[in-house]
Amino acid sequence: MKTNLLEKTPTHSGEMNVRSFITPEVNIYENKDGYVLEAEMPGVTKSSLELTLEGDTLTLVGRRHDRPVRGTSLQNETRVADFRRVFELDPAIDVSRINARVEQGLLVVELPKAEAVKPRKVQID
Amino acid sequence: MTLTRWSRPGTAYWNPFRQLNSLREEIDRLFESPLTDLSYNTQPLLSGWSPAVDVQEDADHYYVHAEIPGMNKNEIEISLHNGALTISGERKEFKRQEKAEVCRSERFLGKFQRTFTLPVPVQGDKVKANYADGILTVTLPKAEEAKPKHIQVNVS
Repeated sequence: MKTNLLEKTPTHSGEMNVRSFITPEVNIYENKDGYVLEAEMPGVTKSSLELTLEGDTLTLVGRRHDRPVRGTSLQNETRVADFRRVFELDPAIDVSRINARVEQGLLVVELPKAEAVKPRKVQID
Repeated sequence: MTLTRWSRPGTAYWNPFRQLNSLREEIDRLFESPLTDLSYNTQPLLSGWSPAVDVQEDADHYYVHAEIPGMNKNEIEISLHNGALTISGERKEFKRQEKAEVCRSERFLGKFQRTFTLPVPVQGDKVKANYADGILTVTLPKAEEAKPKHIQVNVS
């Protein structure tokens, strides 16, 4: 079940503007080269996607646009709310090489690991 | 820690009355009592995965929107039979899983199926389907005789 994440942003008048997000479902895979993250965000296009990296935190936000309702609605199961999920990254990830793409409403983020620092021998005088 | 997949009863968000309603409809059908016109949606009970679907209608068409992200269009099947639209497909094993360790698996795998009985007949040969941004949109034009018509009143 998709759970809600409430994010409160104060507006200028001081009122709390409560905004709710849907948590997208994700799959995460890891191999020796890095991680691959797949997040389901139907209705999100490349232009409405926001990926923010702050320190070791990656925030995924996908904005959905209200689809105009044609005629009357007989059944409404989808919710037009934006998607948001925050991840703490493994320090082994090389953040400068993170790349992302959207395929049919599925966000795929590739997070390569940094080249391992080879162990060095320390000389003793 | 073992990862177990849990199956969700059906839809994207939980409305307790809708689930009770659909349960009531299933039981009604079991006892073959007459159903109201509003029961145009049937879905298998306790299916492993069921995509969220919106249905809209205007004077000329039905519009069915199903959220099924990350699929190929040839993995989706749409069929129309006796006034019932069925959207089905199968999400196969994810190809990225080969040679990789799964750290988290929340996405649903496997077959899905949603069937909708449309209250009014449609023109089967003019149905169009479009899959973009993970949303499948099926547009079904209503049959000519089913469209609302304006009847002129003559006063002699």
